[in-house]
Amino acid sequence: MKKEEVPQQGEWTAGCREINYAVDEKGRYSLELSSGWEAKNITLGQAWEQIEEQLHQVLVEVRAGRKSPLAYHMIKNQMDPALLAQYTGLAQWRVRRHLKASVFARLSSEILNRYAALFRIDVATLCRVPEQPDLALTPPES
Amino acid sequence: MVIDFPHRQFAHCESGVTANLLTHHGYPCSEALVFGIGSGLFFGYVPFIKLNFLPLTTFRVAPGGIFKKATRRLGVTIRQQRFRSPVEAEQRVDELLAAGIPVGAQTGVFWLPYFPPAYRFHFNGHNLVVMGKQENDYLISDPIFETVVSCPVPDLRRARFARGALAPKGRIYWIEDMPQEIDLRTAVSAGIAEVCRVMLKTPVPVAGVRGIRFLARRLPQWPDKLGEKKALLQLGHIVRMQEEIGTGGGGFRFIYAAFLQEAAAVLDDERLLDLSQRCTAIGDQWREFALIAARACKGRAGVRDSVVQLAQFLVRCADDEEQLFVDLQAVVREHR
Repeated sequence: MKKEEVPQQGEWTAGCREINYAVDEKGRYSLELSSGWEAKNITLGQAWEQIEEQLHQVLVEVRAGRKSPLAYHMIKNQMDPALLAQYTGLAQWRVRRHLKASVFARLSSEILNRYAALFRIDVATLCRVPEQPDLALTPPES
Repeated sequence: MVIDFPHRQFAHCESGVTANLLTHHGYPCSEALVFGIGSGLFFGYVPFIKLNFLPLTTFRVAPGGIFKKATRRLGVTIRQQRFRSPVEAEQRVDELLAAGIPVGAQTGVFWLPYFPPAYRFHFNGHNLVVMGKQENDYLISDPIFETVVSCPVPDLRRARFARGALAPKGRIYWIEDMPQEIDLRTAVSAGIAEVCRVMLKTPVPVAGVRGIRFLARRLPQWPDKLGEKKALLQLGHIVRMQEEIGTGGGGFRFIYAAFLQEAAAVLDDERLLDLSQRCTAIGDQWREFALIAARACKGRAGVRDSVVQLAQFLVRCADDEEQLFVDLQAVVREHR
């Protein structure tokens, strides 16, 4: 990559810049700042779209009374039952059960607190889901 | 307490941390030199290991390897520690800081509040240097950020005890002693020899040049095997593994090319400059691959056509890298 080709296409970086290695006209390497690149922007956007789509799906199931709000918060935090089990110290089969609305409704406050502390929200927030997926990402600067 | 630490921003976390630590301990050096001596360059496509539910593709060696190898080859004495208890882990860092020793730490990106939100995925191989503590914040030299950042104590605790793949278990490392004399020539040629060996003579078909060819064979099968949507997700994932903040597959090739330029001076061998140029050209190819792949993900081109084209690209990358490392190996043998 040549110095003048270092991309400046910031989108998701929230003002952060990173180092790119580029060559000058004599072919010597130097470290240049880049605010972002199209290829990264697209694939990062793709990854978040995927998560958002999963959140939409799980919202439907939560509203239908099949899945618990925990299922929503798990996906929002990019976790699966295995990771959730590791973080909370609960057995995986228990975590899986807690994803059911009926089981979740009967959980003790001790268990609810454990999940809430992990996600850094209060228990009231843990027990409900928003209208729309609420991923707090930097909005793309267009 | 705050240690007077020479924070410099670099492209990659682990080589940046190592370069900054060495500089602090009186051996000023570049990230590229550390990356080269630590044999950081690699390729691996390991479909049976999943990261964020997608197959692992890596352009660098496993976390920890660069620091370990670079310091060993330079004759630097290091210490490393893992912990079971977060409280103990925190006390140890505070003790070291009090003794004026900056501490390298492995962390999970997901829990680091100073990262842009869109970059916070569950990736546990991120390295940084803890260089001070002020009340309830740690001061951190994170080499992929422009300036020193601060991180609340509880957040760093979480990041150091992140769970899942590559769980850091509070791992910290620091430089204990610097050698009287450094044999840079031997360190540089040892670093080069190992990368050549790993890229060319790997016993497993998922690593090195063979790994690139393996991916090139698998890629065109994805749309039929997984469906178009999943195929594009996996393709996007490769690009993210390649060009994520602070890493970069094309980026790693460029860092290595910069290292070869330094190596040419250290070993006093002009041929390494030509090899550096070829390495730059390979990096450019990887970047083009990333761009075409990303545009395919956006749906600008048909998936099936794209994967065939991309596979051809990969074969070319594999051929060029193979030739590069064969020639590099021949040159470095004369210096050993």
